[in-house]
Amino acid sequence: MSKQPAAVVGIGQTHHRSKREDVSMAGLCREAIDRALEDAGMTLEEIDAIVVGKAPDLFEGVMMPELFLAEALGAAGKPLLRVHTAGSVGGSTSIVAASLVQAGVHRKVLTVAYEKQSESNAMWALSVPVPFSMPVHAGAGGYFAPHVRSYIRRSGAPEHIGAIVAAKDRTNALKNPYAHLRNEGTTVESVMASQILWDPIRYDETCPSSDGACAMVIVAEDIAASSPNPAWIHGTVMRSEATTAAERDQVNPQASRDAAAYLWKQAGITDPRKEIDAAEIYVPFSWFEPMWLESLGFAEINEGWKLTESGATAMDGDIPVNSSGGVLSSNPIGASGMLRFGEAAMQVRGQAGEHQIDGARKALGHAYGGGSQFFSMWVVGADKPSN
Amino acid sequence: MRDVAVVGFAQRQMEEFDGSPTCVELLVPLFAECYEQTGWTRRDIGFWCSGSSDYLAGRSFSFVQAVDAIGVIPPVNESHVEMDLAWAMYEAWLKIQTGEVETALVYAFGKSSAGLLRRTLALQLEPYTMNPLWPDTVSLAGLQARAGIDAGAWDERAMAEVVQRSLTAAEGNEHAVRKGGSSVDELLARPMYADPLRKHDCAPVTDGAAAIVLAAGDKAREVRDNPAWITGIGHSIDAMSMGTRDLTRSPSAQRAAAAAGVDGVEVAELHAPFSHQEIVLRRELGLGDDVQVNPSGGALAGNPMFSAGGIRVGEAARRIWDGSASRTLGHATSGPALQQNLVCVLDASTTGGAR
Repeated sequence: MSKQPAAVVGIGQTHHRSKREDVSMAGLCREAIDRALEDAGMTLEEIDAIVVGKAPDLFEGVMMPELFLAEALGAAGKPLLRVHTAGSVGGSTSIVAASLVQAGVHRKVLTVAYEKQSESNAMWALSVPVPFSMPVHAGAGGYFAPHVRSYIRRSGAPEHIGAIVAAKDRTNALKNPYAHLRNEGTTVESVMASQILWDPIRYDETCPSSDGACAMVIVAEDIAASSPNPAWIHGTVMRSEATTAAERDQVNPQASRDAAAYLWKQAGITDPRKEIDAAEIYVPFSWFEPMWLESLGFAEINEGWKLTESGATAMDGDIPVNSSGGVLSSNPIGASGMLRFGEAAMQVRGQAGEHQIDGARKALGHAYGGGSQFFSMWVVGADKPSN
Repeated sequence: MRDVAVVGFAQRQMEEFDGSPTCVELLVPLFAECYEQTGWTRRDIGFWCSGSSDYLAGRSFSFVQAVDAIGVIPPVNESHVEMDLAWAMYEAWLKIQTGEVETALVYAFGKSSAGLLRRTLALQLEPYTMNPLWPDTVSLAGLQARAGIDAGAWDERAMAEVVQRSLTAAEGNEHAVRKGGSSVDELLARPMYADPLRKHDCAPVTDGAAAIVLAAGDKAREVRDNPAWITGIGHSIDAMSMGTRDLTRSPSAQRAAAAAGVDGVEVAELHAPFSHQEIVLRRELGLGDDVQVNPSGGALAGNPMFSAGGIRVGEAARRIWDGSASRTLGHATSGPALQQNLVCVLDASTTGGAR
């Protein structure tokens, strides 16, 4: 028994902003859905099932919002699944949607993920004190800053590596019409000159809070074959580990390494640096680029920063990372992972416009969540997988 | 489709958490029971999936700490749905269908007593225009019950008969939170709670958790002599809008049943948190009078949020395991007034595979 081939044939996303006052949650999702359906040349009536993902319900103050959204999502009268796996949710949602097709249960599946952070306050939604739990760390940056510091100490990376990533991603975002931040003239120097928020993380090295959504249409083999440019799914993976444990390596988590190893094997990839043409990696704080380059196997341990410094991850490098501008430029949390998965698919479909990597045939979509403990990834390709 | 069976099931249902255990403390013994039933360790589990809702815990990311109960170092293949256990089981069933894994352990948990459940669930409603009015779960169920009575679809006596039968059956269920059937006349003599609902027409507020183990083909046969094979599974949702829905019906339950194929079931475990909803479900699922409904007592005897639907599947599986039935059904519902529904049909034989 093996997976049925499946492919992405439609992708849509919203214009991401800090406040989308022109749309409700339903309107935001529908904006992405309508674009994805138009891209796929399909109507909602043709869709067999819908899979929705978002980050914690407390972000918008609605319990299980998929229930009230059912009609707007086009799910009324159909099966609807709701996935929630922290920051990795956009990736996990894409994977669950893909599995509906790969299992042979449905043939045309619509998936959507969103966050409308402006309708509540994510910072405080993450700061509800409960008995017997660790104190919160004043936002995600406070939680991750010690990991970044630890990475710098272990790898001996110079302090401007994070700024290289930030300047690169913000410049890439200028080529992406949907990106939230459009900070022209961002340079390594300007990033280094911005305020320290959580030492060693500077203001310009952090992601914004965005309203936004992403949607995809995933279909079975025969339907994909008649699409002009399907993005075939070559491999998917999810792995989780504990939040805290003495033996955990939060700089290079085992769940990430295990997931990457399983993913490359599934996709028949032996040298990811050589075989992946474009990577969309979940980098909410700039230093996570060199860190994830290592745990994904693009670089040796403690060498990821050298890849970044060499320019290999720039748009014209040999392993371009986040040519869309990435999470650093748009972060509707629940959708951020699906945006990575969707942008990877756009690259192999050749539809990424100004931020298209020439001749991209295989791409990685990556997301992580929680305390660097939940991972979801996929590899998509322009060609149907042979394995 | 691959042959996949329910081979393990463990549950806890209680009026209040005894003391204040965390979800991890609640789940660990449930997993131990699943290992005992299967003879497996956690390394034999190919996929994990949980169901829960942050709003019961009153905090974000309640499922994050719950995965600690698994013992997730080394890491595991894992996912989470913000839905009932039954949908977590559906995701696991999908995963097995892809051929990627052979086995799965799914679980769900919820501590309803931490808040005021009927108000917490009001936060499920449309937030821009409906939520500010705070129509709570019991009131909405009351409107639904009244709509059915006014339409002549049922009456207070028919509702009391559901309660009498359920709470009598619950006497044989060690996990039941409420039990003791009394008589229909005595039930009807009790005071109104949310007219036309009496307290016994509403499921008790219940804390709890549950776990289900799935296995494919020979893996399932290794564990049990009579695996409960999933021969049909379907789910569907309706629009929420209370103003435009016919509250006496549940089209999504009907579609879920059609997708699963329910003909010939002998026992049906229905997730009906309000007595009249069992009447709606019987009709939508097309169950005849010869079908035994809720021999466990159903949700009226205990309704732990986010595991009560999956518990119905577990109870339906137990009837296959013990040989007392050869074809059973487990049903789960979610959302106000039976908005979203899942139907899982279990068989003693694998003939035909899942639809």
